[in-house]
Amino acid sequence: MSSGKHLNGIHVNHCKNTAGQAIIPMTLPEKVYIPMSQHIGAPCQPVVAVGDHVKVGQKIGDSEAFVCAPIHSSVSGEVTAINKAMSQMGRVDTIIEIVPDGKQEIAETVVPPTITDKASFIKAVRESGVVGLGGATFPMSVKFNVKPPAKVDTFIVNGAECEPYITVDHQNMLTHAQEIVDGVKAVLHWLEIERAFIGIETNKPDAIKLFKDLLKDEKNISVAELRQVYPQGAERVIIYETTGRHLIAGKLPADVGCIVSNVTSVLKMQQFLATGMPLVSKAMTVDGNAVADPKNVEVPIGTPLCDVIEFCGGTKADVRKIILGGPMMGRAIPKDEYGVMKGNSAILCFDETAGTQLPETACISCGRCVRGCPMNLMPTKLAKAWEHQDIDTLREYDVTTCMECGCCSYSCPARKQLSFEIKLAKTWVMTEDRKAAEKAKAEAEAAKAKEEEKKEGGDK
Amino acid sequence: MSTKHTNLIVSSAPHVNNPVDTKSIMRDVVIALCPALLVAIYVFGARALVLTAVCVAACVIFEGATRKILGRPQTIGDWSAVVTGVILAFNLPVTLPLWMAVIGCFAAIVIVKQVFGGLGQNFANPAIVGRIVLFIGFATPMTNWAVTSRMCNVIQSTSVDGVTGATPLGLLASQGRAAAPSNLDMFLGTISGSMGEVSAIALLIGGCYLLWRKVITWEIPVAMLASIAVMALLMHQDPIFHIFAGGAMLGSIFMATDYVTSPITSKGKIIFGIGCGVITMLIRVFGSYPEGVSFAILLMNILTPHIDRWTRTHINGVDRKAVK
Repeated sequence: MSSGKHLNGIHVNHCKNTAGQAIIPMTLPEKVYIPMSQHIGAPCQPVVAVGDHVKVGQKIGDSEAFVCAPIHSSVSGEVTAINKAMSQMGRVDTIIEIVPDGKQEIAETVVPPTITDKASFIKAVRESGVVGLGGATFPMSVKFNVKPPAKVDTFIVNGAECEPYITVDHQNMLTHAQEIVDGVKAVLHWLEIERAFIGIETNKPDAIKLFKDLLKDEKNISVAELRQVYPQGAERVIIYETTGRHLIAGKLPADVGCIVSNVTSVLKMQQFLATGMPLVSKAMTVDGNAVADPKNVEVPIGTPLCDVIEFCGGTKADVRKIILGGPMMGRAIPKDEYGVMKGNSAILCFDETAGTQLPETACISCGRCVRGCPMNLMPTKLAKAWEHQDIDTLREYDVTTCMECGCCSYSCPARKQLSFEIKLAKTWVMTEDRKAAEKAKAEAEAAKAKEEEKKEGGDK
Repeated sequence: MSTKHTNLIVSSAPHVNNPVDTKSIMRDVVIALCPALLVAIYVFGARALVLTAVCVAACVIFEGATRKILGRPQTIGDWSAVVTGVILAFNLPVTLPLWMAVIGCFAAIVIVKQVFGGLGQNFANPAIVGRIVLFIGFATPMTNWAVTSRMCNVIQSTSVDGVTGATPLGLLASQGRAAAPSNLDMFLGTISGSMGEVSAIALLIGGCYLLWRKVITWEIPVAMLASIAVMALLMHQDPIFHIFAGGAMLGSIFMATDYVTSPITSKGKIIFGIGCGVITMLIRVFGSYPEGVSFAILLMNILTPHIDRWTRTHINGVDRKAVK
């Protein structure tokens, strides 16, 4: 366990209005729009054609690429179109449109996988289509496929759910605790990992108690109670808070002996292992001051966001901002016609009062951003360096370490968009670094070629 | 099909803010200054209130006018000029002619703050420079310490005309510790001095409020007062007397902690506080002025950018020595 020291963070209002609400399945929409790029890595290619009849759990997109997770149909029905269109990520993507037939027939391929060893386990995890469901959407099978010399001794299940409003992980922990524990055991067994922590923030005492009771006879799986300080659920923070190890930028959790998985990812993986049903639906919290009837709903992947909002009673005020995910790290989207993707865990709708940006004033060097930064950065310094386009200072003050948790912007009394500016600065520095590396490589190759030419010339 | 939403705002995360903003911070500072203002009115009479009101009004008017002339967005709504006005008034003897106080406000707001770019850009605390300008420009009225019936233990014989007295530090410098008032009087405030700095208890109450509201952190006041006490012990003087005397309390709680002109990191704040305390004591004991808080803070203000660079934070988990 950690040495009693903690990383910096901030106190945010939890606004867990939907806590205690069971996750209810959503009615089928008229049409689903399933994008082929729902994870970090290579996009999937459609493996169905327009006019095909598909069933629930049938694979509709896959790729040969290593960093990828297949995509399955969330409904039974007919594929009516495969288009290039904008997805909720703001990128043009291949989108498969399926009109449900209402029968929700289950595909024949949905049978529990046979697992005999580590390789078959990782293959099964890949086939489940599960990605990091906390929002990072990194394919779970890739995370599990640890390349030596990295050696993993700790599996961390992330049940912190530190973002305000969102309560679906909490609900999943309460209703599927046993399945989650079974999933953790499967991971420990097949990947030969010594111990596991289930990290839960102390604002969910019922979930902590439930898991403690379930795990009282387990030696190597334990509950790690996390402080109510945002962002406990950030990968680097939860690793430090449970193991005391620092994960620095550019390294993978496996480099410090850890694998971190969201608790709902573990649940969906275990459900695939037990039933063969891949990830076809996602639990989401629908909340915000403009939503008439906030709810937790299990939404078929590809359901248009506006249908999900409508299912929760629609909106009661003029909506000015719709956020996918929590208010700290979620994305504000320009339209709500997009299909739900695997990584979505909340739709938050806000009216004028909460949706507008507050005017920026001068930095008074109060240091709140510095005290709030879990990575020990100096956000005010970085933002000023970005404003002056000073790349040396940005590098000197480790801009690329920023994980964009938003603590600095949240705590800024001058309402400066520190997190946003640092995000831009980070992209700039990384692009410049890449350019420099490419240039150095090209120069080295050119020099080598020249030398060889000289040598050949000398031979003659 | 369901209702689609248009006219949506797209902005970068996070989408929520802490309710604390610059205005609420400045307002908290004004609230924290109120106990000391009440003591000043009690000890020195209504003139204390008049002087404070004039300083606040002058600061706000100078701020508004300068922003207007410079064509910059208006900032009088952020309350920072009010804070400067109150703190500057607290640094003045209650008998000071009002027009002189207005000159101090001009130096503070126009010269130190606005010419350098306004709030956040000033290199030194505006109120401190305002006080120093007045102190050097109008040395006699700035040391014309009033004596009122509220003051119990002021030694009347020390004053020539019977209406002015010396500050505890003045007495200490001229006649030694025995002539200066007791620590209890200095704690309560029934002594002579600048109108806002006489009562240690009132300033401490304000300081506790600021700590509770998380407006200031403990480092600067504690480091400054502790180093004053340690220096006093080293120089064989009464440490309690020195932390209650003069501007030590007002300076350490309200002026040295000015965000803009003090270091950002915890380590930097401690260095800053120690620097303020040590310089204060060196001036008090060896300098030709009886009091040195404002010079000490000004000197440390100038060092702040350097302290910030020396005490920058480093990212977790990286061995700095190995990197360098």
